[in-house]
Amino acid sequence: MTLLKLDNIHTYYGNIHALKGISITVDEGEIVTLIGANGAGKSTTLKTISGLLYPRQGKVYLNDEVLTKHAAHEIVKMGVIHVPEGRRVFARLTVMENLEMGAFTRKDKGGIQQDLDRVFELFPRLKERRSQVAGTLSGGEQQMLAMGRALMSNPRILLLDEPSMGLAPVLVDLIFDTIRELNEQGMTILLVEQNALLALDVANRGYVLETGVIALAGDAKELANDPQVKEVYLGGA
Amino acid sequence: MFHRFMRRHDTTDIVMWLIGFGLLAAVIYGSFVTLSSGKYDASVWLDFTIFGLAQGSVYALIALGYTLVYGILFMINFAHGEVFTGGVFTAYFVAIALENSGFIERHWVLSLLILMAVAMTVSVLVAVVLERIAYRPLRGAPRLVPLITAIGASFFLQYTYRGIYGSGIKTYPDFPALDGKLNMFGREWPILTVQALVIVVAALMMIFLYWYVQKTKAGKAMRAVAEDKEAAALMGIDVDRVIVNTFALGGSMAGVAGILYALLFKQVNAFMGFIPGIKAFTAAVLGGIGNVPGAMLGGLFLGIVESLGPSLILDGLGIPSPYQLKDAIAFTLLVLVLIFRPSGIMGERLSEKKA
Ligand SMILES: Nc1ncnc2c1ncn2[C@@H]1O[C@H](COP(=O)(O)OP(=O)(O)OP(=O)(O)O)[C@@H](O)[C@H]1O
Ligand SMILES: [Mg+2]
Repeated sequence: MTLLKLDNIHTYYGNIHALKGISITVDEGEIVTLIGANGAGKSTTLKTISGLLYPRQGKVYLNDEVLTKHAAHEIVKMGVIHVPEGRRVFARLTVMENLEMGAFTRKDKGGIQQDLDRVFELFPRLKERRSQVAGTLSGGEQQMLAMGRALMSNPRILLLDEPSMGLAPVLVDLIFDTIRELNEQGMTILLVEQNALLALDVANRGYVLETGVIALAGDAKELANDPQVKEVYLGGA
Repeated sequence: MFHRFMRRHDTTDIVMWLIGFGLLAAVIYGSFVTLSSGKYDASVWLDFTIFGLAQGSVYALIALGYTLVYGILFMINFAHGEVFTGGVFTAYFVAIALENSGFIERHWVLSLLILMAVAMTVSVLVAVVLERIAYRPLRGAPRLVPLITAIGASFFLQYTYRGIYGSGIKTYPDFPALDGKLNMFGREWPILTVQALVIVVAALMMIFLYWYVQKTKAGKAMRAVAEDKEAAALMGIDVDRVIVNTFALGGSMAGVAGILYALLFKQVNAFMGFIPGIKAFTAAVLGGIGNVPGAMLGGLFLGIVESLGPSLILDGLGIPSPYQLKDAIAFTLLVLVLIFRPSGIMGERLSEKKA
């Protein structure tokens, strides 16, 4: 069943036509990845879904609800959470306060506590650092916090923008293991990555974005073997 | 050695430091002369200090409004002095009615609470309307634009108050229960009752504010928005609502400050907010603008310096009628802080932020 659907989305920055008619679907329980070169429009796509940007044309649907007419903070309440590029944790708030902000829209105390336990189970490091100010965490810990904070909203779909950016290989593996684990627990994920190899390995399906248009789409395994994708995104071979 | 020093500091720097050291020397010399002349005895200094604390508490409450708004929008709300005036001036008419009916004499605590409630309500209203009409439409504009708008709004409000409430200076009703020295626990304390009340009420407000910002969900959201509006919106925080909350919080502090000011100085007029407003702004800068404990300390510090300064420093320097120069002290201090430590006393934390 389709959970998220982008229908012919056009997004602009002033006069810059960043997304030129993009259509994407993400089914319930899937990992879908969006790959592409720098400046292709990957982050713009996620921002358009989460309401930070309004498309000039086209609509975003979550099930049958139209997201596009809502403000970013309302879209969170509807079950879409966006972990932005560069993590963007609240540096002067503690780890615990950051997690609380993740649950900002929620009132169910019991559910929040449950999700907190789950986040600490997923990232034991965060539990150790809970009263530390987030700005003093390492890059990897900040990525864990950014993901943990997002999970605190109890989302129906998780939008991840380059979670592996700037991380050491061990931590990249850890983040991708977590993505897999979350998906096995039933989380739907739309994953934006520069690291196409890893992304296509973890995903069910993928889209290749080139300067604001979808150039290729299909099964992740097939994309990984596509000669064109291999040439451009997987460094030849 | 000298050349290396010269290379690292240009001439302006050195001139500034000379001015700074000159002023510091004058302060030390003036205080020394005054103290060794024995012109004032210890109880006078105590009185000055207590008055300074009381007046500083009022500055601190107003300063919080500047600092909270700056922390979130990086803008100086220069109309905040008028947020302060609106509350206390409106409450004046209620105070007159309460006095005429004899209510103040019979139930002074209740009267005070009523006046504070009225002043807070009006100040909050002015602050929130100001945000909605004058500042929100300019959210994306260059930083100079809302600043100029704020100055315009400040004048607009001053003349609006004059138009509605009249231009004269009005005398606030007296609270007979607060006259004289504080009598408590069977003895008389070397502090006026009204000063004690002002200090205690201001302290309670500040404790409440600190608790609100640090511990409540709304306060944490405020700090989150101050750091990163986009990330806050992605967490489901309604950024506009948090901004309105911030203005309201600053307004409520200003409302209480207004009543405390009226208790201390007993008068109101349409332009009364201007000087305390600028003083409080100085206090906020002194403490490191955007920093909540900094604004509190800055306010108290400024109040005390202003109260002690004229007799302690200026008198010793042989300056005639030193009390006339009270305001000059505050603004000299402002200039000095801006030159030597623009991030303020508590400013280390501010410098972490790239904003
Ligand atoms: N705030 C902005 N103002 C103007 N143009 C922008 C803005 N943000 C992005 N763009 C432009 O929109 C296009 C798409 O940018 P986007 O950030 O979505 O790319 P991306 O695929 O996420 O790239 P990267 O891999 O570098 O993160 C680029 O050409 C970029 O220059
Ligand atoms: Mg990007």
